[in-house]
Amino acid sequence: MASEQTGVGTVRPPAAPGRPPTARQRVESLVLSIPYRVKLVVVWIAIFVILAIGFAAVGFDTDWMLEHLWFIVKGAWVVLFVALISIVAATVLALLGALGRLSKNPVAYGVSGFYTSFFRGTPLIVQLFLIYLGLPQIGIALREPYRSWFVLSAITAGMVGLSLNYGAYMTEIFRAGIQSVSHGQYEAADALGMTYKQKMQRVVLPQALRVVIPPVGNEFIAMMKDVALIAILGQDVFWSDPFRRANIVGTQDFRNLEAYVMAAGVFWILTAIFTFFQRRLETKVGKGYVRGVDARTRWFGGGGGDRGVGRPTAGIAVHDPSSAIEQVKQTQDHE
Amino acid sequence: MSNDQVVVHVEDLHKYFGDLEVVRGVNIEVHLGEVVVMFGRSGAGKSTVLRCINFLEDPTSGVIEVDGIRLEGGGHRTRAKREQIRQLRIRTGMVFQQFNLFPQLTTLENVMEGPITVKHMPEEQARGLALTFLDRVGLAEKANQYPIRLSGGQQQRVAIARALAMEPKVMLFDEPTSALDPELIGEVLGAMKTLATEMHMTMIVVTHEMGFAREVADRMVFFHEGVILEEGPPEHMFQHTRFPETRKFLDAVL
Repeated sequence: MASEQTGVGTVRPPAAPGRPPTARQRVESLVLSIPYRVKLVVVWIAIFVILAIGFAAVGFDTDWMLEHLWFIVKGAWVVLFVALISIVAATVLALLGALGRLSKNPVAYGVSGFYTSFFRGTPLIVQLFLIYLGLPQIGIALREPYRSWFVLSAITAGMVGLSLNYGAYMTEIFRAGIQSVSHGQYEAADALGMTYKQKMQRVVLPQALRVVIPPVGNEFIAMMKDVALIAILGQDVFWSDPFRRANIVGTQDFRNLEAYVMAAGVFWILTAIFTFFQRRLETKVGKGYVRGVDARTRWFGGGGGDRGVGRPTAGIAVHDPSSAIEQVKQTQDHE
Repeated sequence: MSNDQVVVHVEDLHKYFGDLEVVRGVNIEVHLGEVVVMFGRSGAGKSTVLRCINFLEDPTSGVIEVDGIRLEGGGHRTRAKREQIRQLRIRTGMVFQQFNLFPQLTTLENVMEGPITVKHMPEEQARGLALTFLDRVGLAEKANQYPIRLSGGQQQRVAIARALAMEPKVMLFDEPTSALDPELIGEVLGAMKTLATEMHMTMIVVTHEMGFAREVADRMVFFHEGVILEEGPPEHMFQHTRFPETRKFLDAVL
């Protein structure tokens, strides 16, 4: 049979019966037989090759790049340090903000309303300048030691600004996460005799956290990129992020393209790494929501069991397809 | 199985939802070890009364007393009142129609949660207690599984164990079998029956399961339009009811 001669996988182009396939048909069936993922990798490689050729054509100075690579890459620690501290602070602010937005207490509700409204309603860069250059003016009106509290280094001002700004945005994320916990969960906690604090700590927040982790991960990734904004405040070299480092050496040697390509690369690699970790974390906190995984098998990273037995039960938890998919992947990885 | 000690006392209970008066003056006394079944058409106020007993609903007016803790309905929830409500709830077990197990915790952790968090019991002691009660409802072997892996009937039995682990003076059941597939109702009713006959638990049960009522209840209370129209032992209710409303309802559900 003619079609057997093509010797490819399951997908075969229609060939006229009894006639050998044309060259065009052979190529087509060859292309169809390549897995999608392989094609995707080829496309990415092609893009990089084209970019490399383009850069080579404009006289890319690779020796200069190698020479300054480490200097720029070292800025990654600044990005991580600033973003980690700021995301922790922002999480605390967001949690307080969300509890405030959900509170019946007029002070808590009003303060959190002002906070989110202001920091979401003004540009981050303006907030950074207010903190870095505006606050010292308040400080002048005060005596020591209060005076020095208002005079912050560029990097500290940056962290304060990022924390406040992201905390305000994340307030909405936390609020939605807390509200996603069903009313029945509150009642069950109440019926056991839990205090408000116990109810929040033991029942509501653990469930809200699961909903909140993916968007918080996204905020962290976005924040790493916004660390570059602190460069405009002009911190010293030690505390400089890849962008400012690139700016320093690129301007000085007029190698701007090379410098900023490297800076962009550092940020890009950082975000790629953390996107990966965020997905893993998401899977991990999904436990208890995926059928077919009990505590022990889950602990060893395995899954399996009687997945899908029974019907989803109303009012308990949603079956999260994305976690289930991750679970399947994990199981396969272990086999 | 009742004696003279009053565990739950409800006096002239009224509850409004907006302008609608759902409960219009209800009085109930439940004695130690007594099983009371509350029944009636939906909207008759039986669930609301049950939920007022542990203040999941704020009574508009009236008096609730559980195991000596006496609270009046209405007024603001001051700090002192909140603490009293909490003390009342610690003495009251509640089983919900929708189970409301904590999905992030295993079965065992669900049952341990109350004793550890609310009663500050040492973990090992709570574990032992939880396993005892899980065993009572026949689910000790499911201790390490998450609720989502259990059937509705199993989840509801875990919910019963969770309430029992607080060692309450009275158990409240709010339509515990209404969300279950028909074939799963029996196991939950079985667990509840064990509770009544072997542990002599004081129970107030809102249910449409008249077979259960006939077999287990000491007293049946018929709700109609926000008041108790009639109450009495099951034999009385099923055979000599005085009111056509009761007769009509029983004919409809039996």
